Amino acid sequence: MSGDKVTKALLFLSSLTILLLSAGIVLSLTGGAIPAFREYGFSFITSTVWNPTSGSEEYGALPFIAGTVITSLLALLLCIPMAFSTSLFIAEYFRGTRTAGILRSLVDMLAGIPSIVYGFWGFYALRPLLISTGLTDQGFGIFTASLVLAIMIVPYATSLSTEIIAMVPSELKEAAYSLGATRREVIFRVIIPSARSGIVASFILALGRALGETMAVTMLIGNANIIPKGLFSPGNTMASVIANQFGEADGLKLSALIAIGLLLFAITALVNAAGKFIIRRFA
Amino acid sequence: MDNLLIDNIRRRNRTNTRLKYIIIAGAVITVVPIFLIVGNLALKGYRQINLAFFTEPAPDTFQAMMAASSGEVIPGGIANGLTGSLLMVIIASLVSIPLGLMTGVYLYENGTKRYASFIRSLTEILQGVPSIILGIIAYLWVVRNITRGYSALAGSTALTIMMLPLIIRSTEETMKMIPVTIREAAFALGTPYYKMIIKVLIPVSFSGLATGVLLALSRILGETAPLMLTALGSPSVSLDVTRPVSAVPLLIWDFYNDPNMVNLVWSASLFLMVFVLSMNLLSRSIASKHKYI
Repeated sequence: MSGDKVTKALLFLSSLTILLLSAGIVLSLTGGAIPAFREYGFSFITSTVWNPTSGSEEYGALPFIAGTVITSLLALLLCIPMAFSTSLFIAEYFRGTRTAGILRSLVDMLAGIPSIVYGFWGFYALRPLLISTGLTDQGFGIFTASLVLAIMIVPYATSLSTEIIAMVPSELKEAAYSLGATRREVIFRVIIPSARSGIVASFILALGRALGETMAVTMLIGNANIIPKGLFSPGNTMASVIANQFGEADGLKLSALIAIGLLLFAITALVNAAGKFIIRRFA
Repeated sequence: MDNLLIDNIRRRNRTNTRLKYIIIAGAVITVVPIFLIVGNLALKGYRQINLAFFTEPAPDTFQAMMAASSGEVIPGGIANGLTGSLLMVIIASLVSIPLGLMTGVYLYENGTKRYASFIRSLTEILQGVPSIILGIIAYLWVVRNITRGYSALAGSTALTIMMLPLIIRSTEETMKMIPVTIREAAFALGTPYYKMIIKVLIPVSFSGLATGVLLALSRILGETAPLMLTALGSPSVSLDVTRPVSAVPLLIWDFYNDPNMVNLVWSASLFLMVFVLSMNLLSRSIASKHKYI
């Protein structure tokens, strides 16, 4: 009997590491961010100046927050039609067929490609393509980064919404068909309304992925510490500025980068929590 | 009146067909990148892949420049990256697999109790934390306080924190599928708790657990960002955990930043992608073969 207690205690102790890790992450990030917030207060979030020159050091996170939000939302926008047609292809039009299975594995493969490979491919294959369209002469910037991000998050948006669409009761669909509805009408009037919250949740979770993506974005966004002025303007995201500048940082700059990390942590945690909440509540 | 009705039906049928083609086109466009990426890397990367690619460390910029200018294959390979990746992944696995298994079993056993639900939510949050932030954490904890400098240990710490939630979640999800009767049968025979876990729960769910571990490994093998802040990279093969080491993705980053080495990036990316993807596919095929548990 006491042996059982030892086992249970061991299991309990290992679960404690999650608690310690989570607390440690929040505490360390907050502790590291304090000097930056003490120096600049709330204006750290609203200032657009990022000047690491010693003597006239000044750090504001707004350009990176803007860059992160803009690239992620644009990526989500580009991802929605892709994920949407893929889910309907797998869970409705070609449901249960071999074609659907193959498509599903291919989409899963997209999730398996490392971020740095996406970045490299975007740089050497996609960028020249964009330049040849004449829309941009450098090929770097918000749009390029968002396009690659969109491809990267498609599997995350697809897998959940496919499941939800497949779970729509066939009685509902059959009722609509028996009234003479076409498949398109069934999709828009029956399937989407009843799977709506699940689909929304899957897009929110995909957004959470996009927010924290680092390498591919760093290699494609152009790394300019400004608020992006247009679709093809260069910029920087919270993750990419950390990746670019952490190595040579110390003192106040290091603290400013950790503070950006803390903000990124908070944003992604909130977005993920919102997605999970919607799933639990409605789906 | 009849004409109106027929027109209406025709129009609805037209939009119906149109949607079908839009959906098919959208799905095809979605998977085109995978062919483009694989094809591109294979075409440009295969030339550099030879025995030396796996047994020699990365060349320096001068050697690469000389080879590139005379049109030869760049000498050297990714041996320092391979050993570094292997070292860090092994350490991360040694810590996170047992710990993750135990925590997963704990969550499974304690189901909906308040503390267990709390830990489960924390695990979900931890799983969503961007990897670069785990790099900052490992920097603050290990680089600054333990190894006093960039090190393999710091890299493994970041990878461990990444792996842990993946293992915990897959363990719990797999165990949930085990019929309760199997557990009860073990208890009815008077099996001690730890024996029930080791001899019943884990063997029965083994393929699911293996899938989870392989997926987690395929995720962390391609990670670059956290390693940039922790393991830093090293030009030679090193197995000292307190010193900086390289890793395959870190080498890709170095090659990428050096115009002379572009040819090597294609090969290193090809290798990394094939390795990670086959691990990924292997885990999925295990999962689909053992669906009955």
